[in-house]
Amino acid sequence: MTLLRIALKSARFRRTSLLLTVFSIAISVTLLLGVDMTRKEAKVSFLNTVSETDLIVGARSGPTNLLLYSVFRIGNATNNVTWDTYESIAEMDEVAWTVPISLGDSHRGFRVMGTTGDYFEHYRYGDSQALTMQEGVEFDEVFHAVLGADVADSLGYEMGQEIILSHGLASADFADHDDKPFTVVGILERTGTPVDRTVHVSLAGIEAIHLDWQGGARSSLTLDAEEVLKFDLTPTQITAFMMGLENRATTFRVQREINEFDGEPMSAIIPGATLSEFWRTIAPFEQVLFVISGFVLVAGLLGMLTTILSTLNERRREIAVLRSIGARGVHVVLLIVLRWLLGGRD
Amino acid sequence: MSGSGEPVVHLDRVRFRWPGQEVDILAIDELRLCAGEHLFVRGASGSGKTSLLNLLSGIHTPTEGEVRLLGTDLASLSLSKRDQFRADHLGVVFQQFNLLPYLTTLENVTLACGFSRRKASRSKETSDVAATARKLLSALNLAEDKHSAPVAELSVGQQQRVAVARALIGRPEIVIADEPTSALDADNRDRFLELLFREVEAHGCTLVFVSHDPALAGRFSRSIELDAAEPASGVSA
Repeated sequence: MTLLRIALKSARFRRTSLLLTVFSIAISVTLLLGVDMTRKEAKVSFLNTVSETDLIVGARSGPTNLLLYSVFRIGNATNNVTWDTYESIAEMDEVAWTVPISLGDSHRGFRVMGTTGDYFEHYRYGDSQALTMQEGVEFDEVFHAVLGADVADSLGYEMGQEIILSHGLASADFADHDDKPFTVVGILERTGTPVDRTVHVSLAGIEAIHLDWQGGARSSLTLDAEEVLKFDLTPTQITAFMMGLENRATTFRVQREINEFDGEPMSAIIPGATLSEFWRTIAPFEQVLFVISGFVLVAGLLGMLTTILSTLNERRREIAVLRSIGARGVHVVLLIVLRWLLGGRD
Repeated sequence: MSGSGEPVVHLDRVRFRWPGQEVDILAIDELRLCAGEHLFVRGASGSGKTSLLNLLSGIHTPTEGEVRLLGTDLASLSLSKRDQFRADHLGVVFQQFNLLPYLTTLENVTLACGFSRRKASRSKETSDVAATARKLLSALNLAEDKHSAPVAELSVGQQQRVAVARALIGRPEIVIADEPTSALDADNRDRFLELLFREVEAHGCTLVFVSHDPALAGRFSRSIELDAAEPASGVSA
């Protein structure tokens, strides 16, 4: 058919500008979708950093602070929770499970978190996904460590690697627990949450390396790795704990009970609520991304418009020629549609 | 001298103005053209030349009066019938940019037959369409090797001759030329006109040639002058 032949030939004639146009549109669409998806994904992944945990409990502080140090490992707890208090709350009827966490040490810039085996069982992120092992097993001895995926990747650690924890967040030599190295027994699958950047050890391990420390410094009495195992390594205090309830309907009641706990001042937060509250405070960031995707779209459209306008005169003459030799309106429309189908634009 | 039968072109008390305009752009009381006549239409820009051509090719219909081509009142045809009429009975040469750059010389010429069965069948009378097109191109002094070349390789003068070949293929009754020489220098212009006249005569077409250049008028059997201020009243033939 004449029209199809014309359309094909004109497409071949203009293949360079055609390809460039297709390419530029592809880029702007990719950018637009990319930015928009990043925006949405960032929000979703942020809000799902921790899921199925009904309450997070720590010493009395602002909810954001508690959330930041317990979930994101940012900042420090102002105070600890005693082990006795933890146990008495864990024994409440409404409570299904608890996972104690103990923070304060680090390893080469990554936070170390002491916890129990329950952590691997109960901790959920994203769409209720459980933590899984990429390699190895959960810790079951005092000096065992399980690494998050980022820690293993960026430090190049493998199974069986011995690591030295540092006291606090400093990496100064004098604060190293170098007499009690830990052995890597497991590496977690990547989660996209702060878990990836955490070194997990047992609570007993945290207790053991601090047994011969006092007030943040090494005491004169030193105990080696063998000797500490003879002591009772039940911690006397922890930083915070996560909690799942038998019945979600009791969340607010349990929260209030903890906040009014007689023994010591405590705070309980609902992670989902605090996460979205915290997201709102960083919402301008989301708006910036939104504005960027808007600009990308406008830039793409302007580019498209420019191409269209620059070929418009050429198109107009072409249509005039076709009309003059008897092409009907419907022919011209068909030709435009055919060209469009072949990847060009009129 | 309307005795020679139905005129090919007959304008009767034609007035044309754009909607909302108060003054006519074009006013021609009567214009008759018989088969084979060559009419020169002279006019400065704004004198209604384009409007006249648009009326003749059926792109516009007159505000008043009648435009009859080959005995058919164009206004009485539907839009698509008018397009078909143009495809079958008219050949058009523009000022410039007559050709589609992505087709070869030959394809540009035969394209006219792609939209008109009448032109296609008339150019098949002696041989096939392509051969007829080649013959036309050769008659217009375009060498064989240019026939399958991309039109971008042709000079402006050559392009205008290709446009003439396209206007003439299928022997339409009327050929309309809108300042076809304005992009040519004097030498080229004269050669072009010679070839144009020769081929138009050979094909027995009626020619309407529009130009602002009064020097060309002498070569035509008839000429009229369009003037914006004083609408022309055509002389009847």
